[in-house]
Amino acid sequence: MDLKEKLISSFMMFENNIDIEHPVHDVRTEAMKNFEQKGFPSRKDEAWKYTSLNKIQKVDFSIFPKEVNAIEYKDVKKYFINEIDTYKIVFVDGIYSSFLSETTHDGVDICLMSSALTKDMYKPIIDVYFNKVASKDESLTSLNTAFSREGAYIYIPKNKMPKKPVEIIHFATGNESTLMLQPRNLIIVEENAELQVIERHQSLTSNEVLTNCVTEIFAAKNAIIDYYKVQNDTENSSLIDNTYIDQKDKSVVKVHTFSFGGKMTRNNLNFYQNGEYIDSTMKGVTILGEKQHVDHHTLVHHIEPNCESHQDYKGIYGERSTGVFNGKIIVDKIAQKTNAFQQNNNILISDQATINTKPQLEIFADDVKCSHGCTIGQLDEDALFYLQSRGIPKKEARALLMYAFANNVLESVRIPELKTRINKLIAKKLGVNLGFDL
Amino acid sequence: MLKITDLHASVEDKEILRGINLEVNAGEVHAIMGPNGSGKSTLASVIAGKEEFEVTQGTVALDGEDLEDAAPEERAHKGVFLSFQYPVEIPGVSVTNFMKTAINESRKARGLEDMPANKMLKLIREKSELLEIDRKFLSRSLNEGFSGGEKKRNEIFQMAMLEPKLAILDETDSGLDIDALRIVANGVNKLKSSDNAVIVITHYQRLLEYIVPDYVHVLHNGKIVKSGGKELALELEEKGYDWIKQEATV
Repeated sequence: MDLKEKLISSFMMFENNIDIEHPVHDVRTEAMKNFEQKGFPSRKDEAWKYTSLNKIQKVDFSIFPKEVNAIEYKDVKKYFINEIDTYKIVFVDGIYSSFLSETTHDGVDICLMSSALTKDMYKPIIDVYFNKVASKDESLTSLNTAFSREGAYIYIPKNKMPKKPVEIIHFATGNESTLMLQPRNLIIVEENAELQVIERHQSLTSNEVLTNCVTEIFAAKNAIIDYYKVQNDTENSSLIDNTYIDQKDKSVVKVHTFSFGGKMTRNNLNFYQNGEYIDSTMKGVTILGEKQHVDHHTLVHHIEPNCESHQDYKGIYGERSTGVFNGKIIVDKIAQKTNAFQQNNNILISDQATINTKPQLEIFADDVKCSHGCTIGQLDEDALFYLQSRGIPKKEARALLMYAFANNVLESVRIPELKTRINKLIAKKLGVNLGFDL
Repeated sequence: MLKITDLHASVEDKEILRGINLEVNAGEVHAIMGPNGSGKSTLASVIAGKEEFEVTQGTVALDGEDLEDAAPEERAHKGVFLSFQYPVEIPGVSVTNFMKTAINESRKARGLEDMPANKMLKLIREKSELLEIDRKFLSRSLNEGFSGGEKKRNEIFQMAMLEPKLAILDETDSGLDIDALRIVANGVNKLKSSDNAVIVITHYQRLLEYIVPDYVHVLHNGKIVKSGGKELALELEEKGYDWIKQEATV
């Protein structure tokens, strides 16, 4: 039985454990139909040309973990930004861990999707927002929608800002020899409200894990959201991340994606600008080695006039790693005065590493500023000589240059402790100790 | 201290240095002048160990030790310093952090512990005052957005921090206004001692009014075609390089 069949049969089991009378279940059933019809995307699909899911489909993933696994905070402390106080929504093998979490209902809701999808008090919100920006067409998003039950639910009412950032962490313990997870997050930030989120998927063993995650984010008028994705998973973990963002007038949403690990990571990051004077920013640093693979697919749909979008992705590829950047920008006919910028710069530090980069611009308005650029290169030999001539050994000199190359992506990280953490991850990934914290 | 013997070097099979002989002793200042394309910067890069240039013949020795197999960082650890004509910008790495790394790497190579933080700060303060460098400047990213003058001043600041045995200043005067030139030259002069040596590479005589050379060499077509005292620089300023070229052809 391949993975598609297994998922289809698992859906019936899934239905036994949830309230199928709830209106959300109609959404799930519809989504399941779409997945059944389309199945997993193949490399014949243009959007999946450089990322193959063939091998993954041959793995006999466990869809529902058999038991609840407890993990000690001390064992996973390092995966939290523990230098600062944060709200925490933590899942272990897909199941909420109240022990590791710190949720709140004090003026804001930072809690669980399972509550939001079942309790009556959330029904008005779920009716308005659930599965409203996520694609109903894309099969893996549909697959997640069909199995949507658990994840993070965040609701920030008008004019509110939570006292601290929110960390959403999914741990996989390896109690199952293989595990498939499908977290579903819903985040709503109302007018003039603010939110900072750090999201991480972390396997604690080398057992095979596949995560197919969907996050829907709604930014109302003047809302400000900073979303940080830290992807530094183990060598047998794969992640398909589908993030959909709906922005209204004058909202500012920034998504930073730090991809340093995992076997296969696919980021589908989609922005829909449903208002004017919106600012959407996507930034990424990718540093890969071994046979790791990361595929960044971004979409910005400029639907209304006077909006901006900024994309800046930097990639450093070593050993036999492979990378993809596909940045799609659509500017509708009425979206005049759009400013859309896209930049993707890559350094290949090994002869066996590969990067495929493609801007994809569909512009139907005539009074717009759109620019895109992509580069693929090696480290600058003159710069290397400069650093070496100051006594810095070649390896460290190369690391400093790579850091400098990726640096401007880090400038917009607004949580200093996170920035320090990312710098340390970068130094570690580059295999150097420079005598100061990058 | 530095002994260059019959040095030939090429880049991509094009010979640029064609038999250089030069001896620099501790306590001396040598100026190397010459028209554009004569090989001045190449000579500086070859001494500092740039891999792009292939030494096809001859030797560069420091304190009697052949540098042929030494990587640029190893040469730096032995006391060679090159002030670059075009210093490279390193975003995200502050001048202070860069200097810490450079100094501690050199110390590591000599088997020494890292310099204690307070000592490092004291040194940085002392040397930045020497070059009249503002404290704020030190927390900026290395060379990023620096003016031409700031870059050069920063090069000499690095030289002051690293205290090299042999400093090579490659066109340090280009892009400097008169005040900056005076500050830079003053810094170099204060660092000068009977134990170290300086090679000043310049196209013009201007810098040599401030850093007075003991010897002046004229480079043309990859060879030293004339050597003399500081008065040679004045003669070149007055008469240009054409007569040297003619003399060399004859």
